Amino acid sequence: MPLIHLISHEGTAEQLEVPEGYSVMQAAVAAGVRGIVGECGGSAMCATCHVYIDPAWLDRLTPALPNELEMLECTASPRRPESRLACQVKVQADLDGMVVRLPATQQ
Amino acid sequence: MTTAPHCEEPAGVPVLDVDPFSDALLHDPYPYHAQLREAGPLVWIPKYAIYATGRHELVRAIFADHESYISSAGVGLANFNKEPPFRPKSLILEADPPSHTRARTVLSRILSPRTVAQIRESFAKEADALLDGLLDAARRGEVIDGVKRIGEAYPLKVFPDAVGLEPQGRENLLLYGDMIFNAFGPRNDLLVRSAEKVQPVTAWIMAHCKREMLRPGGFGDQIYQAADADEISQEEAPMLVRSFLSAGVDTTVNGIGNALWCLATDPDAYAKLHAEPGLARGAFEESLRYESAVQTFFRTTSRDVELAGVNIPSGSKVLTVLAAANRDERQWPNAERFDIERRPTGHMAFGSGIHGCVGQVVARLEGELILAGIAQRFKRIELAGEPTRRLNNTLRALGSLPLRLTPA
Repeated sequence: MPLIHLISHEGTAEQLEVPEGYSVMQAAVAAGVRGIVGECGGSAMCATCHVYIDPAWLDRLTPALPNELEMLECTASPRRPESRLACQVKVQADLDGMVVRLPATQQ
Repeated sequence: MTTAPHCEEPAGVPVLDVDPFSDALLHDPYPYHAQLREAGPLVWIPKYAIYATGRHELVRAIFADHESYISSAGVGLANFNKEPPFRPKSLILEADPPSHTRARTVLSRILSPRTVAQIRESFAKEADALLDGLLDAARRGEVIDGVKRIGEAYPLKVFPDAVGLEPQGRENLLLYGDMIFNAFGPRNDLLVRSAEKVQPVTAWIMAHCKREMLRPGGFGDQIYQAADADEISQEEAPMLVRSFLSAGVDTTVNGIGNALWCLATDPDAYAKLHAEPGLARGAFEESLRYESAVQTFFRTTSRDVELAGVNIPSGSKVLTVLAAANRDERQWPNAERFDIERRPTGHMAFGSGIHGCVGQVVARLEGELILAGIAQRFKRIELAGEPTRRLNNTLRALGSLPLRLTPA
């Protein structure tokens, strides 16, 4: 199962096992990770699963669709070039080891 | 080649011989929801010749596959490919991509989290004003009807204000909502009765979808601005305003009413909320899972599909029981327990996927502000009499909720 490295805003690292095909949001919420809310359940409707993808991994992700880009303009913490919604990042084997940083706040 | 939809029981699919739209099951749906989940992932309901599922995994999978399970043939029992819709089809609810995408883009921008951050202050002010009035009433020892004075009063004030509607005649929104949500079910007595006023109510609604009836800058006017920018056509604009007016009130009215019922019947949960009003948002979310205001929607198969080992022919109606999925033990440990500290992320009360409720951020704002405001003002909230139900083919709705509120 691919392993994702989550780094909290305070710098604490946590490892997250994500079944292939699951989103980073789904796995994080299931594991009780604080710092990812995922209020809308993965419909790209709430911008509360905002994460920063380590730039080394960014190119491997499927580009954001218009609805995700729209939501990324509504994040509670600053949007950066490496900003994504964790609910739209579906994990496959090639993302094993990806580093994901959490913002200061989601709401 | 596609096979004809079944009118007879399909082989190998568990049969559940119930009428989900009967008064008895609408009144107390949960035993039938449990039967539905346990009979199998997908069942056949002969009364209406439909497939149905109450399992979370399947409901989610159906919503995720909007190409196989379409909405343009109606999201109620009626198949619009076989019979004409009773009103012109919704451009967002009863539509598929690519036309759905255009409408959705406009509405989701208007109702975005950024908008909600802007309206939060005025929505909070109105919640405070309403609840301060109830505090006075409670001090006088009055029993209040939580449905009328909170559940209806608050959404009927703040949401139409935000859309830009005049204050008069807003009771039409409740009548229209009741009718629309009944119309997703069969033509039973509930639908017939709520449709008695269809003509005057529809005339009022359509008149108030016109640009000149909408305050400049409000949500309604913003739809017309999108038409000015050619994102949608001028003819589509009033139809999208109609979506605000049909989906934006009766849903939150019942979401808030049901949340009050959950808290009034669970003193321990309310004590937690009173001690920590910051739990309000999570408490509202859990009440959506536990007593989902929108109980069901349908999809229609656009091709022969296989689901949970069943071959469903093209053109079949599939009933997704959101409220049953929200109490599926496979997804929610202790599903029958109302737990305001649960994280119910992924519940189906707003649906999910491309048709997930576009107003959900506004709905959460309303629910959070009301529950937090109550928690701050009252140390207890209790039933002062037996609540009554307002039966509806789609909505879980209360008719009245007599409450005794004890000031903190």
